[in-house]
Amino acid sequence: MKIRTKNRQKWQPSLLPLLLLFVTGLTALLAQVIYVLPTGGSGLSGEVAQLQKQSGVSSPVTAVLMNFRGYDTLLEVMVLLLAVIGAWSLTKAPLSGKNDHPSPVLVTAVRLLAPLLCLVAMYLVWQGGHEAGGAFQGGALLGGAGVLMLVADLPLMQKIPARSFRLGLLLGPIVFLAVALFCLVMGGELLAYPQRWVASLLLLIETACAVSIGLALASLFAGGRPPDDLLDKENPAVPYGEKKP
Amino acid sequence: MTNNILVLFDIVLIVTLLLLAWQVLASEDIFSGVVLFISFGLLMALAWVRLRAPDVALAEAALGAGLTGPLFLSALRRMTRIHKGERRLDTDEERGDG
Repeated sequence: MKIRTKNRQKWQPSLLPLLLLFVTGLTALLAQVIYVLPTGGSGLSGEVAQLQKQSGVSSPVTAVLMNFRGYDTLLEVMVLLLAVIGAWSLTKAPLSGKNDHPSPVLVTAVRLLAPLLCLVAMYLVWQGGHEAGGAFQGGALLGGAGVLMLVADLPLMQKIPARSFRLGLLLGPIVFLAVALFCLVMGGELLAYPQRWVASLLLLIETACAVSIGLALASLFAGGRPPDDLLDKENPAVPYGEKKP
Repeated sequence: MTNNILVLFDIVLIVTLLLLAWQVLASEDIFSGVVLFISFGLLMALAWVRLRAPDVALAEAALGAGLTGPLFLSALRRMTRIHKGERRLDTDEERGDG
């Protein structure tokens, strides 16, 4: 069955001049802004290059993301966690394993691909230190592996115990926060990594975040909390519309 | 010579991206809209590579095309179920009271 967007409203010709005026004005504004923009300036890349050695990684992008603007990345990871909490509080994920005969081609392909994706994800996290890559890219690949397993109806969410699943989701934010507090204790400032351990600290944060991001994306795709989540064990489901006893 | 080919490639890429973006917005069938969105994401990743931003390209390919697309598709599947008249989209099948 096809879902279509709602029928469009009848076109009102009286609005046309107004709309044209608006669009033309917007275009003129944009053109003017582009004209005013300074040419040749490359932002802060000079400063970043100067401080590159202190950052503990040799990729400028990772240096900015994890070190110079680490606070932003910390908040980003938190936002993803909040999204998962929102999805989980709305609904349960539909039970997988309903489909008795998933296509053997799909299942075999996923069985081969999922470990490979995990390996590439680890490689991307590692590579983030010196080239393109990092926690988000690696985490996205892990999430992709999770999505493939969900699509192939492998019981991904049932096999992981509820507590471990939650812990995995929290791992990235917790490690990030712990390191931030550790920096506060050691150096006096939040996320001002001590020079001695900066490289290993960054790798630790990135690995933990990649795991959490992967789990978060996969569980967002699943569309709800796992079928045997702690929440449902403590409060058994009440049919819709009835009050709890 | 290679420069000319690259410029040609860029022009084709830009035109395709614009057309795809228009099609994503204009297509009435939501499923084809989602599929077009995924292909738009993949081509956008190519554009990021051409802009020498491999980090953004990786993120765009993995997140923009690889994950947002499936998310949309699963949302669409739930919408189809609602359209078919199943009462609640989520948990009825497990509760057995739907």
